[in-house]
Amino acid sequence: MTEPNSSSTPVEAWITGIGLATSLSDSLDANWAALQDGRVNADETGFAPYVVHPLAPVSFDAQIPKKGDQRQMEAWQRIGTYAAGLALDSAGIKGNKDILSRTDMIVAAGGGERDLAVDSAILNAEAQGNTAPGFLNERLMSDLRPTLFLAQLSNLLAGNIAIVHGVTGSSRTFMGEEAAGVDAVRIALARIAAGQSDIALVGAAHNGERKDLLVLYEFGGFNLKDKYAPVWARGAQPGFALGSGGAFLVIESRKHAEARGAKPFARLSSVVADQSRRKQPGDITRTLESLWAKLGQLGPDGAIITGATGAEPATAEERAFLGAHPEFAVRATGTSFGHTVETQFPLGLALAALAISRGEMFPPNDPGGLEIEKAGAPSQIVVIGTGHWRGEGMALVEAVR
Amino acid sequence: MSATRDKFGRPIVVVTGMGVVTSLGAGKADNWAKLSAGESGIRTITRFPTDGLKTTVAGAVDFVKVEPFSSTELSERLADMVVEEAIAQSGIGGKGDFPGPLFLAVAPVEVEWPQRRALGAAIGRDTEIDYDQMLRVSGGGQFASLHRRYMFGSVADHLADTFGTKGSPISLSTACASGATAIQLGVESIRRGETDAALCVGTEGSVNPESLIRFSLLSALSTQNETPTKASKPFSKNRDGFVMAEGAGALVLESLEAATARGAPILGVLAGCGELTDSFHRTRSSPDGKPIIGCVRNALADAGMTPDQIDYINAHGTSTPENDKMEYLGISTVFGDLAGKVPVSSNKSMVGHTISAAGAVEAVFSLLTLEHQRIPPTINYDVPDPAIPFDVVPNTARDARVTSVMSNSFGFGGQNASLIVTGEPI
Repeated sequence: MTEPNSSSTPVEAWITGIGLATSLSDSLDANWAALQDGRVNADETGFAPYVVHPLAPVSFDAQIPKKGDQRQMEAWQRIGTYAAGLALDSAGIKGNKDILSRTDMIVAAGGGERDLAVDSAILNAEAQGNTAPGFLNERLMSDLRPTLFLAQLSNLLAGNIAIVHGVTGSSRTFMGEEAAGVDAVRIALARIAAGQSDIALVGAAHNGERKDLLVLYEFGGFNLKDKYAPVWARGAQPGFALGSGGAFLVIESRKHAEARGAKPFARLSSVVADQSRRKQPGDITRTLESLWAKLGQLGPDGAIITGATGAEPATAEERAFLGAHPEFAVRATGTSFGHTVETQFPLGLALAALAISRGEMFPPNDPGGLEIEKAGAPSQIVVIGTGHWRGEGMALVEAVR
Repeated sequence: MSATRDKFGRPIVVVTGMGVVTSLGAGKADNWAKLSAGESGIRTITRFPTDGLKTTVAGAVDFVKVEPFSSTELSERLADMVVEEAIAQSGIGGKGDFPGPLFLAVAPVEVEWPQRRALGAAIGRDTEIDYDQMLRVSGGGQFASLHRRYMFGSVADHLADTFGTKGSPISLSTACASGATAIQLGVESIRRGETDAALCVGTEGSVNPESLIRFSLLSALSTQNETPTKASKPFSKNRDGFVMAEGAGALVLESLEAATARGAPILGVLAGCGELTDSFHRTRSSPDGKPIIGCVRNALADAGMTPDQIDYINAHGTSTPENDKMEYLGISTVFGDLAGKVPVSSNKSMVGHTISAAGAVEAVFSLLTLEHQRIPPTINYDVPDPAIPFDVVPNTARDARVTSVMSNSFGFGGQNASLIVTGEPI
């Protein structure tokens, strides 16, 4: 058991591992190179009229060696288990039973894809008059694969990571769209800062190539249609393009990292979150301002990586907030990766930590000019996660001093 | 060390309000009366046709009406009820102004059949239905309310709005351990000094055809449908699966210091929480029992207690062949000779398995056990399993001196969590 931190000074936490499997690539170098080149992988035809960012080709075997394990998972679980393995590799703790057996895991998750053919067949049969009591029961009993449930179940991404990679200290799954990703990192950091945990694996995965998810977001009119555009250039036609991707981080106390000789990408200094009621215009902007004030001491020339979705009114309100902080160069991950929902915030953190460790910010990708060039090495990057419907979060990622 | 900190120097966490609803009824009084009388809330399902199903019984909460039925909607309604009861008892905060965060254990959310059928109907009779057609009719605002309803965060959002909890509300799932995890998160936040109070809730409304069939296809459910009240038989030799059930439990947690300062009722102490993940299999426990053993030991260590200080174990006791056997292995390994002496009973014999809510519901029942100094029984214990020689408090409640209770929750995906509640600070 970890000793409680009896001092009032929070334990310093480092990001020592990053795993990314995105629409651009599954390697940190290639993701970074794609950002440098402004490359975007958006598919306007496969789910037309909806735009999605499909997962880049990935060899799942590299992190999930047993085909039997892969078969037990839906795409989102495979993406997440894969990215989690990359993060453990990156931190140098893959296969280290001693450390993994006390690594605390917090996963932000939605659920898996439904069997679209089964749903459609049942609805068609019912529409054709098959309305006998128990018709639905009989079809579901015979047509649903028994293991599909486990492939859809939210906490089974964490379950699969435990099985495949042996992360067994603790396992918690947070749900609730974008906010789940923020809170997963917030709680992991709070536990480390208070001495309740030494090392944590935190992250999320999302499969954006799903018609059942498009239906859900179409209810609220949130999907980007017809043509891809950068997040800040969607004024006439707001919305988000769902993105596939997984982002996992290994976060640990500085002491724990130094004791095992681990090198940090960056320091994770603070994570704050709130949930605006969003009843009045300006509520989101005000909530973001109040979170900004809680981040800690901010220098004059930091940068911001935001997961702004492109959905309104959230993105316009966030833009108003950003306008009040023009000295911070802004980058929107939604432009390059699409909207990865639960993964939005861990992805932003991963890119912030990469930027800090590489001593440079990636270039703007915004014809409208909100994103500006940023020269030199950023020492502070604020990561913002504003939910399309609820939830606001921020983190401060800094260079290790 | 001041009297408001535990032996590890952490703020002592107490319970100042509780609410519960199960198939037995709404509220602590009704539930406790029936629980201690050994009554079952399990009935034949009437909510939907059960033709063709292997399992036709459940602990559904049918006295709360939701039309058209939606499990997520029912979960929200049940959560409302228990939070209202808990906050009223606690007397904390102002109306709609709870002074702390929300931790909510809730089932995963997805669009359900009644709503999916409405989409199908909107497509029109002459068109083949597929997801492209469903997408075509989903927009334009006619189904706008379904977006909010089927957000995973929607139940927590509703509770946060209604009761005025602070900060970002957390929705979580650790499968059948979810309710315990919600409480653990609350305990940790108070121990960190982030807050003086936390609202911890578990809710479940999942008795719908597809959820039942999903568990049925995994052979997890009892199929002994003839006498519904007899279907859930934890620790019995003829147990054959769990019985799905609905319900909710809520706890107001506070630091002892804050609770004392405002003269709040102190219903018990959340003395310890333990967890440990099993990496053996998606639905089965490691045959050596090590994760369960470690989980129970972690809870004892976190409370700074030894097995001989536990007076009663509120078991996970699902009535599946696997769980009950593994729970015995875990408890007997940690408790040694005491395992045959300490009373171990399963509330699920009466209320069924309330899945996401179970950890919270059973924490409430554990605290009521402390309050009433009476241990609820394991009912339907007619054919003891000789491989599980627990004192299961068979069939009839028992008056006993109870100062501390361990409550266990184990779930799919290798989830294990144990809580220890005590009458007084340890």
